[in-house]
Amino acid sequence: MFRYLLNRLAQSVVLLLLVSAIVFALVHAAPGGPALLNQPEMDPAQAKAMAQQLGLEDPIPLQYVRWARHVLAGDLGKSYQHSLPTGQLVRDRIPNSLLLSGAAMALAVLLALPLGTISAVYRYSLLDYVATVTAFLGVSIPVFWLAILVIILFSVTLGWLPSAGMVTVGVPFAFGDLLWHLIMPATVLSTFPLAQLTRYVRASMVEVLAQDYIRTARAKGLAEVIVLRRHALKNALIPMLTVLGVLVPRLLGGAVITETIFAWPGLGRLAVDAAITRDYPVIMGVTLLVSVLVIASNLVTDLLYVAVDPRISLR
Amino acid sequence: MSPAGRLGAAAHADEPAERRPPDRGLHYLWRRFRRNRLALAALVFLVGVHAVALLAPTLAPHDPEVIDLLDQFALPSGTHLLGTDETGRDVLSRVLYGARTSLAVALLSMIVAISVGTVLGAVSGFYGQLADALIMRLTDGMLTVPTFFLALLVLAVFGSNLLNVVLAIGLTGWMVVARVVRAEVLRTMPLEFVLASRALGASEARTLACHLVPQAMPAMIVAATLGVAYAILTESALSYLGLGVQPPLPTWGNMLTGAQQYVWKSPTLALYPGALIMCTVLSYNALGDALSDTLDPRQAGS
Repeated sequence: MFRYLLNRLAQSVVLLLLVSAIVFALVHAAPGGPALLNQPEMDPAQAKAMAQQLGLEDPIPLQYVRWARHVLAGDLGKSYQHSLPTGQLVRDRIPNSLLLSGAAMALAVLLALPLGTISAVYRYSLLDYVATVTAFLGVSIPVFWLAILVIILFSVTLGWLPSAGMVTVGVPFAFGDLLWHLIMPATVLSTFPLAQLTRYVRASMVEVLAQDYIRTARAKGLAEVIVLRRHALKNALIPMLTVLGVLVPRLLGGAVITETIFAWPGLGRLAVDAAITRDYPVIMGVTLLVSVLVIASNLVTDLLYVAVDPRISLR
Repeated sequence: MSPAGRLGAAAHADEPAERRPPDRGLHYLWRRFRRNRLALAALVFLVGVHAVALLAPTLAPHDPEVIDLLDQFALPSGTHLLGTDETGRDVLSRVLYGARTSLAVALLSMIVAISVGTVLGAVSGFYGQLADALIMRLTDGMLTVPTFFLALLVLAVFGSNLLNVVLAIGLTGWMVVARVVRAEVLRTMPLEFVLASRALGASEARTLACHLVPQAMPAMIVAATLGVAYAILTESALSYLGLGVQPPLPTWGNMLTGAQQYVWKSPTLALYPGALIMCTVLSYNALGDALSDTLDPRQAGS
């Protein structure tokens, strides 16, 4: 177990180095440099002085090593746009992003398990048909359009839910208020993972329910609920872990759009703002940080896999 | 898969290959495909959408980029069948031309993804060893990276023009193809006809191009179909955020950029492009699922 863990950790580190090199190489292949230095009102001498000050005139490998050293020390560089350390900008937003994405993922898992199971148990029933078609719609609908539609319905027309922000402005912070603001973005963001997971849970359950040991469990007179929960669902869930690992990057991509539309002050919105203003340190920092989150979550998934499935032997 | 389909496959497999007329294959596949009503409807819809996109210059009643500030938010009428948008542009014409841009970007980026994925997957499977190890680690790496952020980064750095949007989507979408092609190459390589071709002195390139890659075609077609769906969603999201295809050139994504603000003035403005994206993506997904059942019954899901 220890050797496996060490091996996986080493792989994760290599992966992170790869990602950091790709990110760095991309930014430094940029034509023209940051928009900050391309303002027409800035005279060339001034621009040159500024570039020198930001260290943009040194050789690229040197810049990478310097940047990597700083990143390791927790220093992601200074934002071109906000004149604030990127680390601080990013740190402030991590909890907000984790809250939104975590809520969406939790919602997806909690709903997908019963939905997929019911769909599989009552295969080809009206219920299954409705669930399957809905899940199919769910993986095909553009997130931003769904967001616009629910804003039109629940904020503009009905006036039930707030359409933007995390809290009501000018009111002292209250947890209930935060939850109130969380409902719409979290639901919208959970649509894709919910739909995808439901499809997988159904497929996996259908397969498991056809196994001999399920027939045995039924034959020995166990209650159907116990057969389903203890024998079928438990085994059907093992492949779900892999699916979860694949869904995390996609979820974070969806979070970019959801955060932007609902003015949720998270990492995704920061990335979009940084991309539009060509604020390289910020977008590099966010991409790296999100990669760390994804790689860490994959590591956890893999370890859970080992813990859950005794058939997997460790080298 | 339906029981009838399973029987059909079995009968097919038992038949000696030389007695089968050569065109029987396509007929047979078509008959199997036809049984899936949803996929058939999807195919009809897709043919329609692509035809409309191709014919946009003929069909569009107005120039999609002409602004008429005196005629903002016009309701649907004889001159503007779907009304006008916030700058008085004809919505129907923009939807038609938007189809052109959205579909062209999606198909082109799919071609990029397929090309990169096929080359990497084929090389990986064929040469094995170090090449395989490196390429597969890269593939795993790309699958873990949140590709949407990478696409944002690429567009921020290189600017948002059509070519860059195509590259950003294509270069972040090749991983599944690479895996599929590699698996097929590994499966086909030890088969007798491949060994025969190599024994006859065919070059490595010829063996790959004429024998190994064609065997991967069914799996590639499925991956490509699902890839187009992914590409349409990604392009529209990027364009919606203002980082993809830039206005005034319309795409279904960037037509929705301001739609939120104009809900009161014209509630239907947000409807058409979004509905078209959804139906097109849905159709590509349905088609991909059906093709996967038809072409590759071994892997047919539930």
